[in-house]
Amino acid sequence: MLIELENIRHIYQMDDPVVALDGVDLEIERGEFIGLIGHTGSGKSTLVQLLNGLLKPSEGRILFEGRDINSQEVELKEIRRRVGLVFQYPEHQLFEETVAKDIAFGPKNAGLADEEIDKRVREALDLVGLDYESFKDRSPFNLSGGQQRRIAIAGVLALKPEVLILDEPMAGLDPAGRRKLLELLRHLHRNLEMTIILISHRMEEIARLASRVVVMDRGKIILEGRPAEVFNERERLKDIDLDLPVVTDILKKLKEKGLKVRTDVFALEDARNEILTALEKQSQFRESRPC
Amino acid sequence: MLTDITIGQHIPGSSIIHRMDPRVKILITLLMITILFFIDTFTGFFLFLLLVVIILLTAKLPIKRVLRGLKPVFFLVILTLFLHLFLTRGGEVIWQWRFLRIEEAGVFTGFFMVSRILLLIMFTSILTLTTSPLELTDGIEYLLKPLARFGLPAGELAMMMTIALRFIPTLLEEAEKIMKAQKARGADFESGNIIQRAKALVPLLVPLFISAFRRADELALAMESRCYSGGTSRTRLHELKLKSTDVYLFLLAAVLAVAISFF
Repeated sequence: MLIELENIRHIYQMDDPVVALDGVDLEIERGEFIGLIGHTGSGKSTLVQLLNGLLKPSEGRILFEGRDINSQEVELKEIRRRVGLVFQYPEHQLFEETVAKDIAFGPKNAGLADEEIDKRVREALDLVGLDYESFKDRSPFNLSGGQQRRIAIAGVLALKPEVLILDEPMAGLDPAGRRKLLELLRHLHRNLEMTIILISHRMEEIARLASRVVVMDRGKIILEGRPAEVFNERERLKDIDLDLPVVTDILKKLKEKGLKVRTDVFALEDARNEILTALEKQSQFRESRPC
Repeated sequence: MLTDITIGQHIPGSSIIHRMDPRVKILITLLMITILFFIDTFTGFFLFLLLVVIILLTAKLPIKRVLRGLKPVFFLVILTLFLHLFLTRGGEVIWQWRFLRIEEAGVFTGFFMVSRILLLIMFTSILTLTTSPLELTDGIEYLLKPLARFGLPAGELAMMMTIALRFIPTLLEEAEKIMKAQKARGADFESGNIIQRAKALVPLLVPLFISAFRRADELALAMESRCYSGGTSRTRLHELKLKSTDVYLFLLAAVLAVAISFF
């Protein structure tokens, strides 16, 4: 087991303390792609900040490869290198004069040699689909929002984390930017075998990418399982005001009307094919019936 | 950690202190601060502390919160104490070790200064804790108005202050967020010597400034699109009106101030 959360409680100490997490147990295996969904204030962001030691739980333990990350013998720096965290609007953290320097910030803090840093900057830029030669010397502040976002993500990727956590990475991107980012995440997961935890409000994205969906509400995990299983619980999701992916919604409604379609496909293409074959079958069935 | 700062934090309430006219509160605060510098005995400080406690109780302010507000000056207080302990000469030698020496006058002035700083901050925090930033700037604007004759843009200054106060919590939140993001990339804000620490702040300060400028730009646009224009022609929703209790309380404060300064 890569990461284990044991009965985590987290309380923000303020004038009136806020319980952000209230008894969370979660196990994450290497190579999983976890989609974390839930309402604003449900504890998602707190949860992911616990995973790389930015926050310490008020109660409970977090184990990384079996070691408690908040114990004395574990270096938090090491955990943070291996568990990369991309915050919401990560472009707000850019600060260096050039793109290359900004991406090099993480590897430099990790104490890598110059050639290695240079190599990683190239690789990271390549991953996010920006040309090294034409971007390395530009100021990150003169780039478009979408490009800035990709530079910021490259800054985390340059650490070569084993686990990559992204807190609403698509927020505020245009459709093309979102698609590119989705492709990147899929590539990181499938081809580079990264473990990925994605927080998103867009059910479509979660449904298509995640191998497991975790639903949070008021500091608790209330539902988890494969996307098809979780999105089957329409009523429970409705109770906490979460929508189904549009595709699932349509398929379910068709099924209720009597069309025999599967409801566990999430890609638009697949759904279209599913509906077409179902319609075909139905009409065949009708034709074969003696009038 | 950053959220400990109590400047600009306001605890709403309905006590007599809360309902006082902000102008009177500001004047009383100025008066009391002045008196604080005239006090030259510990009896005086004690009476002043008593007064502070009485006000805190009448305003029903959480004492804990006020004490927490003193945390940011803790370093200054300790530094002041030590400088006076070891450097102020006079009176009997109380303690000596090699070149370090504490003399009577040092102990006296040390604690004296510390009491002064602490009381000063406690009294001013009563003002900011019981007065909303809006009332506060209204009061300041009103008090500065006579200076408009000499070309002082009182209204604009007040607006600037309102905005500054309003954005302190926002910027603190932002700073904490950026700090976390850089920590996630392995930044280290907590170790190293002074120069290393100052350097480590660059990845925090640059994005913070950029976002502050961005916010300022957006705010200016939002204000202009709602037809804000400064100047004296602005009217206000809540006119400040002096009540008789305000006058009595001011007189009471003046009498107390004079009385305390005699000790």
